[in-house]
Amino acid sequence: MKEWDSMKVASSKFKLIGTLLFLALPCLSFAAWNMDFQPGNTLLAHDIRELHVIVMVICVIIFVGVFAFMFYAIFKHRKSVGHQAANFHENTTVEIIWTVIPFFILAGLAWPATETLLAMRDTSTPDMTIKATGYQWKWGYEYLDEGIQFYSTLATPQEQINGTEKKTENYLLEVDNPVVVPVGKKVRVLTTANDVLHAWYVPALAVKQDAVPGFIRDTWFKAEETGVFRGQCAELCGKLHGFMPIVVHVVTQEDYDIWVSEQKNKVASRHIGGKDELVAGAN
Amino acid sequence: MEAAHAHDDSHDHAPSGLMRYVTTTNHKDIGTMYLWFSFTMFLVGGVMALTIRAELFQPGLQLVRPEFFNTMTTLHGLVMVFGAIMPAFVGFANWQIPLMIGAPDMAFPRMNNWSFWLLPPAAILLVGSLFAPGGGPGAGWTLYAPLTVQQGMGMDLTIFAIHILGMSSIMGSINIVTTILNMRAPGMTLMKMPLFVWTWLITAYLLIAVMPVLAGAVTMTLTDRHFGTHFFNPAGGGDPVMFQHIFWFFGHPEVYIIAIPAFGVVSQVLPAFSRKPLFGYPSMVYATASIAILSFLVWAHHMYTVGMPVEAQLYYMFATMLIAVPTGVKVFNWVATMWKGSLTFETPMLFAIGFLFLFTLGGFTGLVLSVVPVDVQLHDTYYVVAHFHYVMVAGALFSAFAGVYFWLPKWIGKMYDEKLGKIHFWLSIVFFNVAFFPQHFLGLAGMPRRIPDYSLQFVDFNMISSIGAFGFGLSQVFFLYVLLKAIKYGEKAPQRPWEGADTLEWTHLPSPAPYHSFEKAPQVK
Amino acid sequence: MSSQTGGYYLPAPSHWPIVGSIGIFFLALGAVLMMNDGGATATVVLTTGAAIITYMMFGWFGTVIRESESGKYNEQVDVSYRWAMGWFIFSEVMFFACFFGALFYMRVLSLPWLAEADTQALLWPDFQNTWPISGPGLSEKFTPMGAWGIPAFNTLLLLSSGVTVTWAHWALKKEKRAQLIWGLLATVLLGVVFLGFQVYEYAHAYKDLNLTLEQGAYGATFYMLTGFHGFHVTIGTIMLIVMLLRSIYGHFTPRNHFAFEAVSWYWHFVDVVWLGLFVVVYWL
Ligand code: HEA
Ligand code: HEA
Ligand code: CUA
Ligand SMILES: [Cu+2]
Repeated sequence: MKEWDSMKVASSKFKLIGTLLFLALPCLSFAAWNMDFQPGNTLLAHDIRELHVIVMVICVIIFVGVFAFMFYAIFKHRKSVGHQAANFHENTTVEIIWTVIPFFILAGLAWPATETLLAMRDTSTPDMTIKATGYQWKWGYEYLDEGIQFYSTLATPQEQINGTEKKTENYLLEVDNPVVVPVGKKVRVLTTANDVLHAWYVPALAVKQDAVPGFIRDTWFKAEETGVFRGQCAELCGKLHGFMPIVVHVVTQEDYDIWVSEQKNKVASRHIGGKDELVAGAN
Repeated sequence: MEAAHAHDDSHDHAPSGLMRYVTTTNHKDIGTMYLWFSFTMFLVGGVMALTIRAELFQPGLQLVRPEFFNTMTTLHGLVMVFGAIMPAFVGFANWQIPLMIGAPDMAFPRMNNWSFWLLPPAAILLVGSLFAPGGGPGAGWTLYAPLTVQQGMGMDLTIFAIHILGMSSIMGSINIVTTILNMRAPGMTLMKMPLFVWTWLITAYLLIAVMPVLAGAVTMTLTDRHFGTHFFNPAGGGDPVMFQHIFWFFGHPEVYIIAIPAFGVVSQVLPAFSRKPLFGYPSMVYATASIAILSFLVWAHHMYTVGMPVEAQLYYMFATMLIAVPTGVKVFNWVATMWKGSLTFETPMLFAIGFLFLFTLGGFTGLVLSVVPVDVQLHDTYYVVAHFHYVMVAGALFSAFAGVYFWLPKWIGKMYDEKLGKIHFWLSIVFFNVAFFPQHFLGLAGMPRRIPDYSLQFVDFNMISSIGAFGFGLSQVFFLYVLLKAIKYGEKAPQRPWEGADTLEWTHLPSPAPYHSFEKAPQVK
Repeated sequence: MSSQTGGYYLPAPSHWPIVGSIGIFFLALGAVLMMNDGGATATVVLTTGAAIITYMMFGWFGTVIRESESGKYNEQVDVSYRWAMGWFIFSEVMFFACFFGALFYMRVLSLPWLAEADTQALLWPDFQNTWPISGPGLSEKFTPMGAWGIPAFNTLLLLSSGVTVTWAHWALKKEKRAQLIWGLLATVLLGVVFLGFQVYEYAHAYKDLNLTLEQGAYGATFYMLTGFHGFHVTIGTIMLIVMLLRSIYGHFTPRNHFAFEAVSWYWHFVDVVWLGLFVVVYWL
């Protein structure tokens, strides 16, 4: 009688868990289970991903190694299996080994990291230069060689944000005026801001650069393929920090030239992010 | 954590009831108050975290306005760091340091009282800022200028709260340093001190060194806001990035201020339940000291994207990576302590093992972040959020849980319910990982932190994370139940409930520890 | 507790800390209200806070003095005070280091950056960096504070005050009470004169030199550093006055006078900070 009861309890537990798991299944199919960087579109993005893989491999190996010991001890050296405690508490040799070896592992890691970093920070000889100015809460762009200027603001309708309308694919990642650049060209981006800190962040281009009011900072990218690449402001800048995306259209040189001539026809009325604005903002 | 009234305090006409706690100069009373204060603030900060997680359960704005979301993030960070975790470990220090070194009390009992009683006014100012015109501070717990300069009156309240918290920390630390250096029982040489005491000596040193720097930083913010200075305004020759340098000169040591006492607790618990002395005691001491020294030299790893000269980035990257070496020494020593022990798995031990496992995981993600090019992708994304919750929640908070379960019998003279303790552990560790592991993926895929709404590629992991967060929160309500049950109905604890525990409080004092202990200093062999 | 357990004095429960906490709460709240145009309420809250704190200081320090004079503190307590004062001064050093750091950062890093490369070309076209300067976005002119007038004289004052406290300390150790009192009196006077000059200098700077707190990098660091220093001199002077009064009452013995020593440590610390100030704020 008793046995039967507990079996019933157990089986109902199984049923419950089973049902839950079954219900959870559809999640899997809907989900964009992205567990990695966004696919990169620059050489640097690939380098960074590789670097990340190297660090992860080192970490996982050490992690598994260390905790293999720990779990071995947990299972074999437990009191309940009658293990008697040893009394050692020092061993200079192993202590030196486990101080020195990690040091060399890290030195090995530092090498590729340094190489990538130096490449990343080399903004010399760009093919073109764009100045990106962060505002609360939009971006202003200025193509320094072409004299093109425009603002770029979130294009997602408020109704989608409030939930009164269905959210569309590029929810929060769409703007009225995207940045347009030619493929395969080294684009140098100068960042600055007009009010508070912002950061110009486009994951697929492996670019994140803080925009500091009053200072010009620079970064660069060279897109490998055409396409639309989306990012967001990545430095807390107040109320609408989550709502000032960055969209970069990478196009062929021909399309770019067409775009440029179109833009030049629109008269740029305002100098973006200059001294006057800053001083006005300062007082 | 109620300190039991002992038989021998009838002679000093101490006030009773509430006034006993308000005026007390007893390290045990003060330790108890610190711990309850800390737990209260943990719940307050936790409710804020749940507000964040509830808003992030789905994309779109449902529950709160964006500016209120920013306030929640900011206050959650500040409340947890300054209100929950730091006071928790100061509570441990107050209770345990005198007991572990055989001192009659702290060196300055009256000042000790003040260190505690500065916390409630600071907390009122900080949390009360929510009700100030213009709302609470919304610039993140890092208080980056010039956003802070734009904010309303709530920011001023926050700044003064930080000043008061700083005073409290500095006085508390001076007290701890003095107690440790001057009040040890005869024979208790520095290298015989329990490791917990060592970690606090080092932590207190860090606190005295960096809290004044934070005070200076927020003072400059205050004068920029109200008195026309231009510290963080380039029009006047200042630089917003200067705030970050000063803040992180405080901030990076701060994260070790949180971590190092946690190391100390774990270094007491692991040997006790392994029934084996701590492996490599001297190297543990040296490793802790090295971590503390290095922590002054790496601050700009929080600022890889501000556009520092590349040489500076290289330096900070190398220096940061170096911290993995002494931290590794500690991890290896802990595992070696367990190796060939005679292990049992009571709740404190479970939390200590949980700490060891997950803190190391969080340390490794720290290492990932220390590599500049990788950090440039991950900075200010949820990867960072995941990293620091692993080291601060599964690290510091779990260690604090381990400490509470470990010393509770000594504090209240009663045992907690072992079964419930274990349930608390398993709930915590499972829900913790459900809440925070997916955040790594969110960060890798590029979800920025401090946003109230997100694009559709981040939907699933956010939902899982929010479910985990609510589960974790409920598990902590359960912890409160375990505590209250122990205080009310717990079985009487023997003097030394843990077979392997061998520090003075277990070997020389009954449970609960009498109100005045070590009036005559014990002789340490 | 008041019983000397194991010889180390453990004070009885005390209400001074909570009084202090309440005072600080009002002080902070009052200050916040003041800065946000709180009007009369702000003044009331602020003064209440200040009054409570003052009351607490008298009460608390009075208690400590009575305990000390009735011989409750043994040598171990004395050592505790020494450690504590040392570490406290260390925390003060770090506080000043923060502002010296800010000065260094602006002079050596951010101002040159503002006048360099793209930052200058695109944002601050005509900006030339020459110290002392306010900043690229501020147009009002000001005259920097020269080093060799009042500041040099103030240096002299503070240095001599360092000598006079030490002279007083020697006297205390040799039980020459008259010399102790004269030495302290001289130190207090030097401190007060120093402060007087400082006030005069500020007035002069605001009136004649147009050197204000709003004058960018130079103005901010000048006033914050000298201001916090002056504040510390004020505290130090008050503490010296207390020591003077206690000496007149006949407190302190050649063996038991750490209060005096602590104040003189503090005074020397303030002195050293001034030397740093004189060199990097006024001179260079
Ligand atoms: C308890 C707190 C704590 C601790 C202990 C740490 C530990 C570490 N942290 Fe973390 N960190 C934070 C709290 C903490 N951190 C917080 C709060 C933030 C964010 C603040 C904010 O912006 O709001 C942050 C952010 C942060 C950043 C900035 C990220 C960004 O914003 O872009 C970086 C970058 O370098 C970093 C690195 C590290 C490193 C290298 C360690 C190391 O100490 C870890 C060392 C440990 C190990 C590596 C594991 C064990 C070692 C071994 C087993 C030995 C063998 C290992 C090897 C040879 C690899 N942390
Ligand atoms: C040691 C410090 C600490 C601790 C313990 C925690 C604990 C938690 N933290 Fe956080 N956190 C920080 C320090 C800490 N945090 C810091 C420094 C930041 C950065 C802030 C910034 O960007 O400026 C941050 C930021 C941060 C974010 C990012 C916010 C953003 O970028 O906008 C998130 C999001 O998920 C989060 C979640 C949580 C959760 C779910 C917990 C949970 O562990 C909390 C669990 C506790 C409870 C939930 C309370 C107990 C329950 C009750 C009181 C009853 C009610 C419960 C129910 C109804 C279920 N934290
Ligand atoms: Cu702009 Cu965040
Ligand atoms: Cu750090």
